[in-house]
This record gives sequence, C-alpha cells and structure tokens, in this order.
Amino acid sequence: MIEVKDLHKSFGDAHILKGISTTFDKGKTNLIIGQSGSGKTVFLKCLLGLFEYEQGCISYDGKVFSNLSRNEKTELRSEIGMVFQGSALFDSMTIAENVMFPLRMFTKQSKSEMEDRVDFVLKRVNLDGAHHKMPSEASGGMQKRVAIARAIVNNPKYLFCDEPNSGLDPKTAIVIDNLIQEITDEYQMTTVINSHDMNSVMEIGEKIVFLKDGHKEWEGSKDTIFRTDNEAVTGFVYSSELFKKVRRMYIEENQ
Amino acid sequence: MKYLHNIGSYFIMIKDMFRRPTKWSVLKTLILKDIDDLIIGSLGIVAFIGFFVGGVVAIQTSLNISNPLIPKYLVGFATRQSIILEFAPTFISIIMAGKVGSFITSSIGTMRVTEQIDALEVMGINAINYLVFPKFIALTLYPFVISIAMFLGILGGLAACVYGGYGTLENYIEGVQNDFIPFHMAYAFIKTMVFAFILATIPSYYGYFMKGGALEVGKASTTSFVWTSVVIILLNFLLTSLLLG
Repeated sequence: MIEVKDLHKSFGDAHILKGISTTFDKGKTNLIIGQSGSGKTVFLKCLLGLFEYEQGCISYDGKVFSNLSRNEKTELRSEIGMVFQGSALFDSMTIAENVMFPLRMFTKQSKSEMEDRVDFVLKRVNLDGAHHKMPSEASGGMQKRVAIARAIVNNPKYLFCDEPNSGLDPKTAIVIDNLIQEITDEYQMTTVINSHDMNSVMEIGEKIVFLKDGHKEWEGSKDTIFRTDNEAVTGFVYSSELFKKVRRMYIEENQ
Repeated sequence: MKYLHNIGSYFIMIKDMFRRPTKWSVLKTLILKDIDDLIIGSLGIVAFIGFFVGGVVAIQTSLNISNPLIPKYLVGFATRQSIILEFAPTFISIIMAGKVGSFITSSIGTMRVTEQIDALEVMGINAINYLVFPKFIALTLYPFVISIAMFLGILGGLAACVYGGYGTLENYIEGVQNDFIPFHMAYAFIKTMVFAFILATIPSYYGYFMKGGALEVGKASTTSFVWTSVVIILLNFLLTSLLLG
C-alpha cells in the first residue's frame, strides 16, 4: 500500500500540488484522473521520487520515502516498475535487451535464467517472437507492451503507469488496460495509473482519485463515479455526449 | 548567477559520475560501444583533416620563406612543430567538440526528452554514472586519435612538400628530426588528456540537464559545442602558459 499525506509541491511561485492525501491499495488498479494541468504527472513524479516535494509524506508499506537512506531508496526503487507515457524504451537495445535490462542491473541471474524470464514475460504480454526487433520497428501498442514487460520483469511490488493509453486506438487501449489489470491481480501489486482516458476509468478504475487544480477533488471507484454529484467530476467524466448517455442509462437501470 | 549555477551543477555532475558505479558487466558493454562511437568513429575524419592540414602547413611555410639564408629543412621543422604543439591537440579537439560533442549532447538530450533518463532513475540507477562515465573512459583513448593526427599531419606535409615540388624528401626529414624536444610531446599529450575530459563532460552536462523537446536538443548541441570550444581554448592558453611559459 502507498500512503500519501498532505503533499505539497511548487515550481517557483506556482503551487502545483496543494495538500493531497490519499492511499493506493495493494492488489488494486488505482487511477489518478484529472484535466490537463491538474497536477497528475507532478503527483506521479513525486510518488516516484523524481521530484522532491516541500511538505508532506509518502510511505511505501509503512516506509517513509523521505526518511530512507540512499541505499534503501535504491533498494525500494528496484521494487518499482514504471510504464512511461512514451514507453521510454532504450532505443539502442532490442526489445529482449530492454526487458532484460532490470535483471542485468539488479540480479545475479545467469544469462540463461534471464533469457527464460524474458521469454516468459514477453509471452505474458503477447509479444512472443519480437525479441530481436528494435523499439523503432515496433508499433505504439507493441512498445507499450514491451514497457509493461520491462516494468514487471523483476517482480515489482509497485507498478506505475503514466497515461498508458495515450496515442493508442480504442481497441489496443482496452488490451493494454486489461493486461495491466490482469497483471495487478496476478502479482498482487499496488498499481497506480495516471490517465485521462474515460474507457480506462470505466474498465479498470477500482479506486479513482480525481485531481483538480492541484488538490484532491473526489475519491471513489468506477461504480461510485456514476452516482457522484460532484460537478467537477461529472463535468470532466461526462464531457462527451456518449458518456452522458451511458450515465443516464446506468441511473435509469439502477432506479 | 546563471553561469555560477551551471558551473556548480557541472562539478556536482562530475562528483556524481564517480558515485554508485554501474555493474561491471553492463559498464563493459557501454564502454566498448562508446569506444566504437567516439574513438573508432572519429578516426576517418581526423585522418582526413590531419593529412590535408599537414600538407597546407607545409605549402604555406614553404611559400612564405623567400629569404635564401633560411635553411631548406625549415619546412619540415615548422610543420612538425605546428602539428605537434597546436594543430593535433587543439585544432582536432575543436573539431571533435563539433563531431563527438554534438553526438554526446544530442544522444543524452534525446534520452532526456524521451524519458529514458527518468526510466533509469526510477529503476534506482545512477544515470550520470551510467551515461557519462563510459564516455569518459572511452575518451581516455583520445591520445591515440591525436597520435594518428600527428603522424598523418607530418606525413601530409611530406607528401605536399615532395610531390608539390616545394622541397626534397631529405630536407623535409632533416627538418622533422631537427632540434626535437621530447617534452613537447609530453606537453601535447597532457593537453590532449585534459581536452578529452572536457570533451566527455561538457557535452554530457548540456545533454543531461536540457529541458524541452526536439528543438531544444538542437539548441543544446550548439550551446555545448560553443562552450566546449571556449573551455578548450582557455585551457589551451592556461596550460601553454604553465607548461611552456
């Protein structure tokens, strides 16, 4: 479980995060949603320790991140998997080398053990046979799946995804969403996804945190988001006519 | 203030370059790749420029000697001195600031833009050590490149002098061997090692700390070339004053 208490972050005079408190549960897909500029990415980067924050506390299963020594932080980071918005694959390495990279850096496994593990995770993300391709030869959806494979290859306890569906067609986006949810259930990871894709919210949002102007506006799940009266949330989630219709139908069905 | 901040950040980067080393099995691959990219990949252009600039130095020297009292071997002597003392270590380093420097800045800068550096940091890897240290080690072979530039520069001078009809082979070789001071080679290689360090670190600094997108990668490469050249020229002056002054 990841616990966040009263998190504040500024860039110069711009106060970006204004006291966010929440928890992200183990074995669940936790979504951070909000409009562009609401502070989602900054929040995620603070969780990952890429940005230092002025005030507040982030703890990973009771371990307060800011109190950890450099070595303890390195150890904790080896338990974190991250899927970046643009996949962030190392373009000088093949797909198999990208996936093997965390194993080479952090384990003492033999080459054959590492190759077996890479084969296993590439099969798990339906990329069997793509070992020798370069990232530039892979499609957007394939790159995302490679990024997921790289993130889970070392059996992380925490998985972070920054807009995993951006730039993907709706069908591929659903494949990626389902894959993340299956992996979360399978490995009982604490998964935090930064998204503004409404399909993701409806499909896999077991816990949803809605950010607005740097503070937590609403918290709930994919079920409660249908019933909320919070205007900021409904204005964001039901901005399209399709989703407005879906909501009306959901409420009528449940009355 | 901005300059002071940049200088401070640069020295912090140098310190971080030696901290928390990457696993040797991974580092070895990176070093070999950087030797290929930075050293082997530069040999062609260095050989080409070295040979022809050596020839030009010999022709210019020959054409500017009109006094019959000046010995004929001066062409070889002047070519050797120009090549060993300044052309090979300094002029080639400026060219390398353009070739190798921009390559380093743009490759690290692109990794920054595409979040590959963030990916390394999230994994708990010392990204500065991972990216910069192998380049620094690869560039310890830079004196080898400069040796080739020296050899081909003098050879180019010989070819231009003999086949261009500016002097005889015997005179040129006599000039090259005349009044040779071994310390001049030491001076040239001390400069070369200092410039190698500059070539590895300043472009890396501009790539690593760049912000923005593709356009900024281009701007960072240009800025890195300018500052690498400025620092090389200033250090050249300082080292020459200290070692030969």
